[in-house]
Amino acid sequence: MAGVGSACLAIALLTALYAAAASVFGARAGRREWVTSGRRAIYCVATLCIVAFGLLEAAFLRSDFSYALVAEGSSTDTPTFYKVTALWATQDGSLLLWATLLSLFASTVLFLTRRSLRDIAPYATAVLGCVAAFFLLLMVGWENPFDTLATPPLEGAGLNPLLRHPAMMIHPPMLYTGYVGFSIPFAFAIGALVAGRTGADWIRATRRFALIAWTFLGTGIMLGALWSYTELGWGGYWAWDPVENASLMPWLVGTAFLHSIMVQEKRGMLKIWNVSLICATFTLALLGTFLVRSGILSSIHAFGASTIGVQFLIFIGLVIALSAGLIIARLPQLRSEAKLDSLLSREAFFLLNNLVLVGLCLVIMWGTFFPLISEAITGTQASVGPPWFNRLVTPLALVLVLLTGIGPVLAWRRFTPAALWRVLWPPVSAAALALVLLLAFTNAADSPASLAMFCLVAFVLVVVGMELARGTKARRTMTGESWPRSLARLTGRNRRRYGGYLAHAGIAVLFLGVAASSAFLEQRDVRLKPGDTFEVDGYRVTYREATAKLGGDSAGTGAPISFGAVLDVRKHGKHFVMRPSRNYYSSGDASLGTISRFFEGEATSEVDVRWGLKRDLWLAVRPDIGSLEKPIQEADRKFADSPGDVQALIVAALAERYRRDPPPAAFRAIASPLVMWIWIGGAIVVLGALVAAWPSPEARLRRVRSLYSARLGRELSRA
Amino acid sequence: MEYALALVVLAVVVGAVLSLPLRRRGEEELREETMLAELSAAKEAKYREIRDAELDHQMGKLSDADWRSVDRDLRSEAIEILRQLDRVEGHVPEGGMDR
Repeated sequence: MAGVGSACLAIALLTALYAAAASVFGARAGRREWVTSGRRAIYCVATLCIVAFGLLEAAFLRSDFSYALVAEGSSTDTPTFYKVTALWATQDGSLLLWATLLSLFASTVLFLTRRSLRDIAPYATAVLGCVAAFFLLLMVGWENPFDTLATPPLEGAGLNPLLRHPAMMIHPPMLYTGYVGFSIPFAFAIGALVAGRTGADWIRATRRFALIAWTFLGTGIMLGALWSYTELGWGGYWAWDPVENASLMPWLVGTAFLHSIMVQEKRGMLKIWNVSLICATFTLALLGTFLVRSGILSSIHAFGASTIGVQFLIFIGLVIALSAGLIIARLPQLRSEAKLDSLLSREAFFLLNNLVLVGLCLVIMWGTFFPLISEAITGTQASVGPPWFNRLVTPLALVLVLLTGIGPVLAWRRFTPAALWRVLWPPVSAAALALVLLLAFTNAADSPASLAMFCLVAFVLVVVGMELARGTKARRTMTGESWPRSLARLTGRNRRRYGGYLAHAGIAVLFLGVAASSAFLEQRDVRLKPGDTFEVDGYRVTYREATAKLGGDSAGTGAPISFGAVLDVRKHGKHFVMRPSRNYYSSGDASLGTISRFFEGEATSEVDVRWGLKRDLWLAVRPDIGSLEKPIQEADRKFADSPGDVQALIVAALAERYRRDPPPAAFRAIASPLVMWIWIGGAIVVLGALVAAWPSPEARLRRVRSLYSARLGRELSRA
Repeated sequence: MEYALALVVLAVVVGAVLSLPLRRRGEEELREETMLAELSAAKEAKYREIRDAELDHQMGKLSDADWRSVDRDLRSEAIEILRQLDRVEGHVPEGGMDR
């Protein structure tokens, strides 16, 4: 079926190009049938991509090693869940995922707009067709996922052990859905510029897509952080790694876009800024994919080889040049319809929040690309580390959280200082109270930045609570409903507003976790033999015994060998047991000995975390298998040509030897306060975004009806 | 061989799907033009009804309560016609198209 898959991609490429050409011709010549044909071409691209995706998934599931990609990224002993997800762990597979998601998103938006935006939609179709054609061209020309091997191996190389983690498997589709989702508002923005329709129509048509993209990208970033925390064995969730940064940058600019489009919708302002932001977001999304797949910057997350880097750079260059050219050409039509009435207004604060978000993005971009910049100037690659990022990002993050609190209380157009103080004194008092309590009862003063963040979090949470209480009270006064009913109706009828506030509260909670866990964690690195004890943050940890398992590792990754430890942990009279381990995967290197290849492949940490609302206790172990070196070498000599079942017996005997007489093992223990609140905050943000994105037909109908009533009144009075 | 065969079959199927709107050229436009004409006529008729009801009210033929009820119903019907007109003309429905 590889031939069918390749044919699907080739026809999809031609169809995507046709979609672009037919749509533009139809729009220019005023021939609607060509526009319809172009739109249908995008549906066909989606269908062809889905067929290709299904064929490749089937090949992974049946471990068909005649496909080079399956042989490279899977094996017969890879668990089924990871076989399904191994497709996008490979470069070619991830390109197919990109193209499939893009064509699906494009088909959805073009179907929804088939009877509207007739000036803009054909050009948007052309843009989406071109983007899809680029990814299909990469596959057809350079990275065909359907390449086959003349002599298929009996066994595949298997999925990279580091990727055998549920979060890591869901993380790429989430990120890609985010990246792809931003291509929809980008395409319609370009369509609006080409058509000269620079009003807010394109924003209204695609706002929900931008919000969904933002939510998926944010969820992908959170899952990546969770993977880093629980899989990589260093104990942190964010390392300012280039690939992490590459996903954060479009999310930050996308956040700015989601805020600033409200100003254009309400006041007809910031038109240039909005099209620039969405063009930048899409470009950064392409850059994110490029960084993961090109390997130009060393990263723990970069899993691709650099075979399509140049093509990506050319495409990114084209996107920037065409977007900038169009914006410049349309400058007269992009003039604001209104002026900023006051610096004390919601739109002014949205602008400020935009500047901070874009500032954050620029700082992160500079730090991320510094190695390339330094190499270009000095000839040697130097990089900036987490302290550099923390020093610059922390003050901007503090300002951002402050704005997150002030924004919701301000009115559009203008607000008086007296009115501002009237609404702000409760949250300011809450922040002050938090400051006093933290200084009196905790050591928060040891980290002034964290202390400031805690106070600002209190400020934001009180603002959100107040806004909800005020709205509910007003509704209760008007309708006489009960408090819970009023609250439910209020949020249900104003989902965009209250979903946004919920997301603000989530961001504040997330920053609470970040500030506490980064400044007040306690870490111990120790080397212990069974029976030894150490303390970390009041936890008394005793290494009870070593463990050794063959197959069936606790995380279900399919690792053949797993060495670990059982530790008794006691604190304040409570006792619990933790079981960190380290998985060892076989090496495919034929030059290694028959037995030693079982121990010489990749090894991954399977950390054990005792999750808690107040603090996490995180434990990782690195067993010393050096003591097995001699017996392994001896077994290599004695059992060089032994059959598989004998090899398994030898490995089992070696594992048992380690379990009975383990040498001292290295342990890392980290007690981090409030880490759990990072994940809870992230979940609240996602919930808020879902509330804001959820269709509210009732509210829309009310709004539409009132606008039509006004139009009816105007037209009747004119006659 | 498999590749070439698949290529031909897929090209034919996709070609057929894409050429369908081109072959039906004119049919859809004609249908839309007819609908537009009908809706425009319906709109004018509805506006006339609204004004007539208003005149009847001013002349005392309709009581306040009756006029309010009739006017409300007529305006609802007029709004529905305006909405259909926008849909056929391909404008974004006023107030956004968040569907």
